[in-house]
Amino acid sequence: MIETTFRDAIHRCIDEEMERNPDVFVIGEDIGRYEGTFKVTKGLWPKYGEKRVVDTPIVEPGFTGIAIGAAMTGLRPIVEMMTMSFSILALDQIINHAAKIHYMTGGQVSVPMVVRGPGGAAKQLSAQHSHSLEGWYAHVPGLKVVAPATVQDAYGMLKTAVWDDNPVIFTENPGLYTLKGTIPDDKDFTVPFGKAQILREGSDLSLVGYSRMTQVNLAVAEKLAEKGLSAEVVDVRSLLPLDTETIYASVRKTHRAVVVYEDWRSGGFGAEIAARIGEDCFDDLDSPVLRVGGLNVPMPYARVLELECIPDVDDVLATIERKLG
Amino acid sequence: MAQVDLTSLESPAKLEEFYRQMVFIRHFEERCNVAYRQGLIGGYMHTYIGMEATGVGFHHAIKVGWDYVITAYRDHPQPLLMGSDPVAVMAEIMGRKGGLSKGKGGSMHIYDKERNFFGGWGIVGGHTALGGGLAFAAKYRGEDRVTLCYLGDGAANAGVFFETLNMAGLWDLPCIFIIENNEFAMGTRLEYHAADTELWKRGLPFGIESERIDGMDVLQVAADARRIVDKVRKEGKPYLVEVMNYRFVGHGAADNDRQLYRTKEEEEQAMRRDPIALLEKILLDRNVMTREKMEAIEAETEARVDEIYEKAKASPFPDPHEVYDDLYTDLGPERGH
Ligand SMILES: Cc1ncc(C[n+]2csc(CCOP(=O)(O)OP(=O)(O)O)c2C)c(N)n1
Ligand SMILES: [Mg+2]
Repeated sequence: MIETTFRDAIHRCIDEEMERNPDVFVIGEDIGRYEGTFKVTKGLWPKYGEKRVVDTPIVEPGFTGIAIGAAMTGLRPIVEMMTMSFSILALDQIINHAAKIHYMTGGQVSVPMVVRGPGGAAKQLSAQHSHSLEGWYAHVPGLKVVAPATVQDAYGMLKTAVWDDNPVIFTENPGLYTLKGTIPDDKDFTVPFGKAQILREGSDLSLVGYSRMTQVNLAVAEKLAEKGLSAEVVDVRSLLPLDTETIYASVRKTHRAVVVYEDWRSGGFGAEIAARIGEDCFDDLDSPVLRVGGLNVPMPYARVLELECIPDVDDVLATIERKLG
Repeated sequence: MAQVDLTSLESPAKLEEFYRQMVFIRHFEERCNVAYRQGLIGGYMHTYIGMEATGVGFHHAIKVGWDYVITAYRDHPQPLLMGSDPVAVMAEIMGRKGGLSKGKGGSMHIYDKERNFFGGWGIVGGHTALGGGLAFAAKYRGEDRVTLCYLGDGAANAGVFFETLNMAGLWDLPCIFIIENNEFAMGTRLEYHAADTELWKRGLPFGIESERIDGMDVLQVAADARRIVDKVRKEGKPYLVEVMNYRFVGHGAADNDRQLYRTKEEEEQAMRRDPIALLEKILLDRNVMTREKMEAIEAETEARVDEIYEKAKASPFPDPHEVYDDLYTDLGPERGH
């Protein structure tokens, strides 16, 4: 086992896979000489040079399209979005092009590309740098979308992403970068997509989330335990494909579900999860499925207001108390 | 510069091939238009009628199967030229199981990966970045492949095209951007959509060698294309060429009132330079081919296109359950409504 952080686990994965295969390269803004805005790619440029660590102009549609074109020939680009908020500029390339290519070509052309970067709020980056976009991407057939919550999953799921032959959106909540944890000392370690995990077992209610909200849910479960309530924490981690079986099994056991997500509450991916539980587990539920999501406003700058927007332990506890008593 | 006799550059066999290919594309496209009117082709369909010399001329400059080719939705001629099964091309246009994309793509999304034909795209300008990416890959691997990236005059205004030109210039991507200037973006004339109508200048700010050529004389296109492709292959740098051509028909099969944006007189004027008629005249004047031979080729081509069409029509429609196929390389989508 290796002690590391979420950020370094991602870095290590990229480094190892670039070392493993020359088809893997990274491309994005300020990722080489400048070492990356969140320093994830630090050290790669001196090691691999500008051919494989490609500093681009500030043109998300253009460099994403270049990466897709390269991937269509079998290269394996890892595209860094400086923040996922900026990937909005590249939606045409990602959705209209990358996601549809395998289908539209009748299976002739695949796009083994990863788009990764910080998604969600960091600290006071305000309205245009704090987007959680995984729900938008998970809406799109043809993409795979993952949102790891632990250091080990960041490492193992990125490995899977790099070797997946389909376009993968890999979102890293910036609040997780300094999270500590361990990874196996095994370069071949992978974590498959489409498998949710139970991070804490419980019997009274299921807390369902992904990315940093899973960490919030773990803290909530701790608090609930103090009150004598046993919460199960379901870490979804793969949004598309979605492992509904693990989620449903938990709900069938606890009969109550709270879905927590950082994205705007209305129309976010948590709404999809809640809807599925409602459709398929109706008879198992003792109460309505609850959602705790980000407030439906652009992310404000002032720290007090920002904290107001992002779901935290108190928000989840308050919702549980209010709605489930 | 002294006038070069371009016919002398090409062997009689090559000249005949140019002719056969242009006539074939013309008949193929006309057949598509008929089928469209009969309701056997749906959606949006755009033909290459009038523009044949551009595709044929450039086709002869590349190494088919090695070089990369990508274009927008006016994409029937490339795979036909590159040797794709014409029945599979027609079947795709007709939405049949036997189509190159198994009926999932349609007229606008034809691909033949095996021949390095990368489509076939419906977002105006969007594919130019992908073209840059194909060239990026060739350079990354140290291969001497050239990429032909076709786009329209309308697409030449797209932001992503400028972004791509910048990166192509910056990184020396061996990509030839071929702006097919047929003077119209759908129903909008060049003058109404481009601040600078000399589109060949689009490459200059990015240090890309750029020029404008005539796209109606196939011999001229072939000579220019050969010079450009050889140069890009040798120097490994991008190139931009504005090819002046004209579509003789509507923007797409659904465009049935061209008078909304251009006059009959100007169409007639442009059609005086019909690339097929131009080549016929050259072939006759220089005694390369007789009128009888041309008529025989016409008749032969017509019969061939009929046969292609009938075979494509015999291909079944996809089975409904195929709707789930090929979304991912390794898993199916969630099923049901
Ligand atoms: C992004 C986008 N906007 C609008 C359209 C609709 N559209 C399809 S073709 C076209 C005109 C493009 O003209 P040009 O690039 O000159 O190509 P041509 O059809 O002349 O070959 C338009 C507006 C589209 N397909 N994509
Ligand atoms: Mg045009």
